[in-house]
Amino acid sequence: MNAIGLLRVALRALAINKLRSILTMLGIIIGVGAVIVMIAVGAGAQAKVDEQIRALGSNLLLIMSGATTSGGVRMGFGSNFTLSEDDALALNRELPEIIAAPALRGTSQVVWGNTNWSTVLFGVTAEYFEVRQWPVVRGREFEPSDLLAATKVCIIGQTVARQLFGDADPIDQVIRIKRVPFTVIGVLENKGQSLMGTDQDDLIVMPISTARKRVLGGNQAKQRSVGTIWVKVREDEDAKRVEDSVRQLLRQRHRLQSGQDDDFSLRNLSEVMAAQEASSRVLAILLAAVASVSLIVGGIGIMNIMLVSVTERTREIGLRMALGARTRDILGQFLVEAITLSLLGGLIGIVIGVATSLAIGEWAGWRIQLSPESIVLAGTFAFAIGVFFGFYPARKAAKLHPVEALRFE
Amino acid sequence: MPVLIRTRALSKVYHVGDNVIHALREVSIDIQQGELVAIMGPSGSGKSTLMNVLGCLDRPSSGSYALGDREVSDLDADALAEVRNRGIGFVFQSFNLLPRTSALENVELPLVYAGIDTRARQQRAHSMLERVGLGARTDHQPAQLSGGQQQRVAIARALVTNPLLILADEPTGALDSRTSLEIMALFQTLNREGMTIILVTHEPDVARFAGRILRFLDGALVEDTINPQPDDAHQLLAALPPVNTLPLSSGTDKNASSSTVGSA
Ligand SMILES: Nc1ncnc2c1ncn2[C@@H]1O[C@H](COP(=O)(O)OP(=O)(O)OP(=O)(O)O)[C@@H](O)[C@H]1O
Ligand SMILES: [Mg+2]
Repeated sequence: MNAIGLLRVALRALAINKLRSILTMLGIIIGVGAVIVMIAVGAGAQAKVDEQIRALGSNLLLIMSGATTSGGVRMGFGSNFTLSEDDALALNRELPEIIAAPALRGTSQVVWGNTNWSTVLFGVTAEYFEVRQWPVVRGREFEPSDLLAATKVCIIGQTVARQLFGDADPIDQVIRIKRVPFTVIGVLENKGQSLMGTDQDDLIVMPISTARKRVLGGNQAKQRSVGTIWVKVREDEDAKRVEDSVRQLLRQRHRLQSGQDDDFSLRNLSEVMAAQEASSRVLAILLAAVASVSLIVGGIGIMNIMLVSVTERTREIGLRMALGARTRDILGQFLVEAITLSLLGGLIGIVIGVATSLAIGEWAGWRIQLSPESIVLAGTFAFAIGVFFGFYPARKAAKLHPVEALRFE
Repeated sequence: MPVLIRTRALSKVYHVGDNVIHALREVSIDIQQGELVAIMGPSGSGKSTLMNVLGCLDRPSSGSYALGDREVSDLDADALAEVRNRGIGFVFQSFNLLPRTSALENVELPLVYAGIDTRARQQRAHSMLERVGLGARTDHQPAQLSGGQQQRVAIARALVTNPLLILADEPTGALDSRTSLEIMALFQTLNREGMTIILVTHEPDVARFAGRILRFLDGALVEDTINPQPDDAHQLLAALPPVNTLPLSSGTDKNASSSTVGSA
């Protein structure tokens, strides 16, 4: 019998017990649907992490003032700053394999016309943009003269641009930060969310000298201290070794004895990210694995129903044998029936899985990434399950003895 | 007439626990092409066992069986399937039609396994149904046909591959006497056209239409008689008072009657 004939026979047999066929398919439907949803959610989460890594830039070290505690990093902004601009200068001078960019941080209300917005301010040097791999997409970066003269210019993030100016062009507009007028000279590229989920584009950067003099008061204004120093390790350098050199240099500069703890904390952000990526990948694989268990359960359901079907139709099998069906005809008939069940279930599962993924993306706001590969994979899996779990019942049918099958009550 | 079936010392032994059952004991028969043979004997005498072996559904424990010019007692399962498909038409007591499947498709089934394409299949099945008097009921499903009509569909299915012989194990066992007569008339017609037919029956009323009667007892062939002047089922049928009942839908109804009569 040819393939189309077999398919027609299978569809007719399945149509006779519609409810039973649908219930049998349910296992595969749920399994395939779950696999697709899990892969979409897992891939989405991973894509998000990947994007954040790209946004952060590779080979990035972050040095923060204050010692690490056993619980992690103490974010001691505003308190005793142990790092200074001179540390950054020394790093740039002593270690040619890195670029260091010191940063001062504060928060303020900013006003343009009658709109205002509360955001984060960073006082930085010219190296900041390169270190953070964060280009200015409109306008210009700081000139050395801006830093020397502490001019009142600033570069704003995309969120600030949107909130303050809407559709208007921010370049050369004057905004007020703590009542001081600043000219906007540039807009930063969109960077997206950070790992912690904060909006990285909600910021204003200005020359560090300006920040110290005009905006951030208190001890920050007098000393050369800074809260953080970003360090970019040049390509092809061993980040681990560079990390040690940086630590050595800073300890030396801070006159720390060999037994003493660091008075700063140094984190390799790429490593943190890589760990996060690895864990999100493990999670994705785990989810898909759990989902595929339901596929296996669905396969067992198919096998079960096919065994029932073979028993129910023993006389039919005997008759077909009497009329000249060979072993492979009977085997093919029941195998095609099982595969039809699993493939049909797989197709419905794909539709439901894709719809559910999209719904999750829509309603829960999760990042979803549907890939054609996962759909093909799920479909192939459903097919394989039909073959695998359909084979035993089909072989059982094909091996029946014609006389016994015909006599079966 | 050439010999179609030749068995020599055909035996079939079943082992059930410690018991040994001799279902067939050294049966040797020759059946010529074009014969209409009735096999009789008490229950358990081995009639069905012989039919299964002759029909290549089962292999003998020992002995030889040649169908036409081919020894078939030692063929493998797939080769036997092909012999059944091409050479043998089966008619069963319980009709054995596929439920929820039209008469036409039921008759097509052996041609499906012979690898005939759909168009030719439908054509041949259709003309065969016409031949057994069911040309108007090709779309009916078994549940919509009377017992006699179902058996006619089964006979059409047996004939459609143009086999060497027809094997019918108690073909009238589930039918009332009038319908039985109609089926026997159909068999006689086919036989006159040259078809070899072997049928098993318990009823002498059925066996009298056969040209030869084989009697079995406890697995052994005990009597082989030629009936030089078999009764003509068509004549008996014509002598019966005419019935004008509509065909009933139940196949098990003993009063079911076919509205068509075998072509004479
Ligand atoms: N599969 C089997 N296993 C064991 N014994 C069997 C088997 N098939 C048939 N027999 C035995 O073989 C003998 C012949 O059986 P068979 O069915 O051929 O009888 P029969 O003449 O057709 O009887 P009936 O007229 O009742 O149909 C019986 O004793 C039966 O019990
Ligand atoms: Mg019997």
